[in-house]
Amino acid sequence: MTTVDGTAAPAAQAGAARPARPSRRAGAGASAARRRAAWAGWLFALPALVMYAVFELYPVFSAVQYSFYDWDGIGVASPAGVQNYVRVFTEPQLVASIAHSFVLILFFSILPVTLGLVVASITREIRSQFAGGVARTLMFLPQIIPGAASAIAWTWMYSPDGAVNQLLSALGLGAFTRTWLGDFTWALPAVGVIGTWLATGLCTLLLLAGIGKIDASIYEAAQIDGANRIQQFFAITLPGLRSEIGVCITITVIAALASFDVVFMSTQGGPGYSTTVPGVQVYQLAFTENRVGQSSALAVVLSVLVLAIILPLQRLFRER
Amino acid sequence: MLTRLRDTAPKTFLLSAAALFSVFPLLSMFSAALAPQGSAPAGISVPLDPQWHNFVDAWNVANITTLLQSSVILVLGVVPVAVLISAMAAYAIAQLRIPFGGVFYLLLVFGLTLPFEIVVVPLYYQMQSLGLLNSRLGLILPLIGLNMPFAVYWMRTHFQSVPADITEASMIDGAGSWTAFRHIQLPLAVPALASLGVLMFLSTWNQFLLAIVLIDDPDKRTMAGALQGFVGAHSTDVVLLNAGALMIMAPTIFVFVVFQRYFVRAMLAGAVKG
Repeated sequence: MTTVDGTAAPAAQAGAARPARPSRRAGAGASAARRRAAWAGWLFALPALVMYAVFELYPVFSAVQYSFYDWDGIGVASPAGVQNYVRVFTEPQLVASIAHSFVLILFFSILPVTLGLVVASITREIRSQFAGGVARTLMFLPQIIPGAASAIAWTWMYSPDGAVNQLLSALGLGAFTRTWLGDFTWALPAVGVIGTWLATGLCTLLLLAGIGKIDASIYEAAQIDGANRIQQFFAITLPGLRSEIGVCITITVIAALASFDVVFMSTQGGPGYSTTVPGVQVYQLAFTENRVGQSSALAVVLSVLVLAIILPLQRLFRER
Repeated sequence: MLTRLRDTAPKTFLLSAAALFSVFPLLSMFSAALAPQGSAPAGISVPLDPQWHNFVDAWNVANITTLLQSSVILVLGVVPVAVLISAMAAYAIAQLRIPFGGVFYLLLVFGLTLPFEIVVVPLYYQMQSLGLLNSRLGLILPLIGLNMPFAVYWMRTHFQSVPADITEASMIDGAGSWTAFRHIQLPLAVPALASLGVLMFLSTWNQFLLAIVLIDDPDKRTMAGALQGFVGAHSTDVVLLNAGALMIMAPTIFVFVVFQRYFVRAMLAGAVKG
């Protein structure tokens, strides 16, 4: 989405170079033939349109439709007006799920971008191909494995005998050990850290790639002028990474709001509703509580929420 | 020389720490997976008596052979078709300038931010009425459709960058637009198609939500979806659970390490474009 503006320019040039424009005056017959040919081009677009309409647009339409009914998935649906939407904002477990997804933004998005900025800006001069290559491979791994598998790895890390408690004990912090994912207070931050782990590597690499595009002579000039590292960071690195930061935030905020795999496989939303998120609620409402209309209303609210947060972010980070 | 080292050592250390953080949970799993079966392993330890056969047992218990076949079928069902029809659509929008192509494109962009959560429940009932629930086809078809926004977006970026004179030349001597597409445009698009294929391979292979909703039988799911069934059945056996989960991850990690360069390029570019 970020490059939508950037790619518009070559398209305009390509359009200008086409002979189609001047020949428009060349008689009605030719232009009718051209129009027919243009319509024939739809044969190319048709398969994609059909698949998209049948398996994305139609389900979205159905979800909006379901959301105005009470339906258990089997019997006859009865109209519910906007009651399902009212409950999204009043029923405690549904309100909690939305609130949790905002808490997760801190862990899935803000922390990884901050950590990525710190690591990328400090390590930018490392020229060692080998160390850089190995580190890059390792940092990419969390992105490659399925989220469900990451959740299993971290469930083991957080278990009573797991590595987290083991490390705390080794550091003399035995008093802090606990069953992390079973703790009403600590389960949500613990799930959040899984997201931090997932996104930090990707953000670091994206930002490193961005720093690589900043002209090194700018840093040299700043150094000669006596700017220290912190000043260089705020004056050169941060503005230079504007679009990369925007990309990282966009991807990770969507991942936070629409999270499912990690939460579902690590806590199923528990204990109680302490880690539930909209994705898990949509699934459980529809398939275990048989409240299909309610599930759909939450899904619609979630989609609108994602759009309402992403669009301003896109505008904010658009390159001038 | 010494000052240089003093300067780079902390940085290398920081980079190493970041890399270690990324693999630490996997190492912890690995150490637990090598412990004797039925024992209660510590979070992370050096396996003094590594039980490599745990992986063989996990391979059989988790039914990895079947899962690999199932995931390969799903990927082969989704990726080639989705890549081809999205390339065709992008070609029609960007180069053939079809009427209302812009409207179609906007409709697709609308789909870019839609979370799977909004389609999963209606898709369940849609597949039920089509009689495709619990079949691989019932997962393949929606995945192709749901891939369209990003795929067409990606390929449109490519087709817009094709120089106009190549497009002109491909249209001369009365060659139909299909011939031009098949013999000139498609070969030129191979790098973009390959990157798209890599990204789609990954998202299909790792697909979880749709897999567990649309397919009940873990053996017909994706590798990621099968994890749910495996955890349900073996949650008490820490050693086997970790060994099995590692085996389920292994194919992706293997493919990634082999095609690393390609993956990194596609994913960084994919992130920037997405």
